Amino acid sequence: MSEDVAALSERILAAAANGRALCIRGAGSKDFYGGPLQGEPLDTIGLRGIVDYEPTELVVTARAGTPLAELEAALAERGQVLPFEPPRFGGGTLGGAVAAGLSGPRRPYAGAARDFVLGLRLLDGQGRHLRFGGQVIKNVAGFDVSRLLTGSLGTLGLLTEVTLKTLPRPPAETSLRFELDEATALRRMNEWAARPLPLSASSYHDGALRLRLSGAEAAVREACGKLGGVAFSGGDYWDGLRDQHDAFFKSAATLWRVSLPQTAPPLRGDAPQLIEWGGALRWLAGSQDAVALRRQAAELGGHATLFRGADKSAGVFQPLPAALAQLHRRIKAVLDPAGIFNRGRLYPEF
Amino acid sequence: MSATAMNAAPSASAAALLPRLRAALPGEALLTEAEDLHPYECDGLSVYRGVPLAVALPATAEAAAQVLRLCREAGVPVIARGAGTGLSGGATPRAGTVVLSLARLNRILEIDPLARVARVQPGVRNLAISEAAAPLGLYYAPDPSSQIACTIGGNVAENSGGVHCLKYGLTVHNLLRLKVATIDGEIIELGAEALDAPGYDLLALFTGSEGLLGVVVEATVRLIPKPECARVVLAAFDDLGKAGQAVADIIGAGIIPAGLELMDQPAIAAVEPFVHAGYPLDAAAILLCESDGTPEEVAEEIVRMEAVMSAAGATDCRVSRDEAERLRFWAGRKAAFPAVGRISPDYYCMDGSIPKKCLAAVLEAIRGMERKYGLRCANVFHAGDGNLHPLILFDANKPDELHRTEAFGGEILELCVRHGGSITGEHGVGIEKIDQMCVQFGSEELEVFHALKHAFDPEGLLNPGKAVPTLHRCAEFGRMKVHGGQLPHPELPRF
Repeated sequence: MSEDVAALSERILAAAANGRALCIRGAGSKDFYGGPLQGEPLDTIGLRGIVDYEPTELVVTARAGTPLAELEAALAERGQVLPFEPPRFGGGTLGGAVAAGLSGPRRPYAGAARDFVLGLRLLDGQGRHLRFGGQVIKNVAGFDVSRLLTGSLGTLGLLTEVTLKTLPRPPAETSLRFELDEATALRRMNEWAARPLPLSASSYHDGALRLRLSGAEAAVREACGKLGGVAFSGGDYWDGLRDQHDAFFKSAATLWRVSLPQTAPPLRGDAPQLIEWGGALRWLAGSQDAVALRRQAAELGGHATLFRGADKSAGVFQPLPAALAQLHRRIKAVLDPAGIFNRGRLYPEF
Repeated sequence: MSATAMNAAPSASAAALLPRLRAALPGEALLTEAEDLHPYECDGLSVYRGVPLAVALPATAEAAAQVLRLCREAGVPVIARGAGTGLSGGATPRAGTVVLSLARLNRILEIDPLARVARVQPGVRNLAISEAAAPLGLYYAPDPSSQIACTIGGNVAENSGGVHCLKYGLTVHNLLRLKVATIDGEIIELGAEALDAPGYDLLALFTGSEGLLGVVVEATVRLIPKPECARVVLAAFDDLGKAGQAVADIIGAGIIPAGLELMDQPAIAAVEPFVHAGYPLDAAAILLCESDGTPEEVAEEIVRMEAVMSAAGATDCRVSRDEAERLRFWAGRKAAFPAVGRISPDYYCMDGSIPKKCLAAVLEAIRGMERKYGLRCANVFHAGDGNLHPLILFDANKPDELHRTEAFGGEILELCVRHGGSITGEHGVGIEKIDQMCVQFGSEELEVFHALKHAFDPEGLLNPGKAVPTLHRCAEFGRMKVHGGQLPHPELPRF
């Protein structure tokens, strides 16, 4: 154990001995996300730097406190990217990105954060420095604890190091815009996704369907010819969705994230809405009737998250069925038996 | 594992279970006679065998869950089984256990062309999904070599890969939702038809859990559009190191091939007289590098692939001119296992993974081990994702050869771990590699694995003794043994 990790381990042991809550925190860029922060801050920001990067392996290992910007800059130098386009929200860390498990516009076409996590190291609730997964793309030895940790919001342990799969930056990119009504846009996004087209992002807002195409020159050129629409310079637009500094997100003090099957029909109601992920993600601005929205989401095969908002009394995440809730409690007890990590961040009961 | 441990006498509670299973299942859905149990004694790793107490063949998800409930009440272990094509002994029964076969749950429930998903029962064959989706221009991407026979339930249990997983992912990347029967006989849903689900990612945890956490009773998988065309480059190298470098250079050039396979000289020499794929017999290694996409995209990428491999020192590059030639180039690779079976009385197939940069060093070390152990080894390699399949040639009738082979194989796997790799890239741990788990993981990580299993299965009744070794069990090694070149399921290509 390195000195800084050992120091964190000691603090964890002390907190566990007293049953004192700890609030694991990187850059704090996602403090708004999840249940209210509780407990004494435990900073990962000192765990910084790329440990190993082999572009020809498509694998990068970095310490959890490494800023995403630093990591992405190092990849860009070698023509590579994090394909799941983690939101940076103005300055997130690698550990925060993996702990939150959020993915950006490319998610439905390239995969989610968890799809690119190959391995990680963590300090568990007993201060043990554990290592799961590995530095290779194919590895089926042992349970996939790395992916279990992805999106667990720090409730199972403190990430110290993460290994991700990278991909080459697509050589060509174009964005297209179409004027359409919502139902037609949803249908088109799904129809086009069923054809071998190099889609890499999609959104629908204010009567406009926008697509991003990324890939080989020939593939992007051919696809533009097939799809039509009006080309636009997409870089800033897609970054605006990824980091939520687009006007729609900026103006939404309360923001609901509704995750649905891609083909789900338009949601009822007239809340301002932005659709992403080929129809699989519907953002709603403003306060909603949480119970009704969650019921509707569940009926459609999805779930609703109160992504951002001052009043979180409705609960941030859709409640789990009893059997799953029980499994969650047991898994929590495996890695954090004293219940000290990020109390209430995921579900109020732990 | 000793024969006695595998075949202990059934307990009294186990005997009391049979009438209850009989009452719960129709007559033909419960097998208890010795001759009926025989086909279930082993899976694709036939060196390990055990005769179960009974085999249950429920026809519905609810009946499968009921079998689990009854077994739990009786305290009898359950081993879930799909097609039995696994190569690590994951479905090997023991005496006194119940095999829960999902073979009768073999219906494709729904294919939604707009949503691009298939909802299937666990006993549906992998290839059957792609066949059913083909008229829609869609397919299910993971393609393990046994795909004509293996089932989706087994694929989930093993997190199966295939030749195309560098570009298209493993099973875990192509699943949306599972319905899983717990040991309590309850059916729970993991994941969703949406792209994520609230809470912990139990879908990912479950995938590849080798039947230790629950039993898949329904799977919803992603279908993706079929590429318009595919072509493959066959490149020859006079030096293994150069071939390894070419693999790195291709990835370094920003190319993600649809498939990237390497065969060394002994593998080529075994295959070519058997398959006549057109492989150069004088090459130290060949690479098969496939591009897929639109015709124009493929044409562009093939030119880049050829240029990179020539620059890396390929002595010859041939591009498939038509689909027939593409399939012929692949036929040699796909026939590598049976071809090796023709030139040696027995062989062991290993399955480790390494960082690609270590390829030349690892193959060089394997050459050294050939001399050390006095045995030959042919190598086929999913080069794009670092998954090595050394085939150690031996003759079980010669005293000491089996022993030397085991030591040889063990040294290869430990070498993989030493280079930062894994003891299994895609075959799973099962019984086969359970001891080597101790080489790859420390005792604290193994403790976490046990505790996670306990969270799902407090009494340890689901496929006990597989995948995760107990802490005091880190001694002997075992591997896939093939006698007289006869794999179980000899009809299947193995790559």
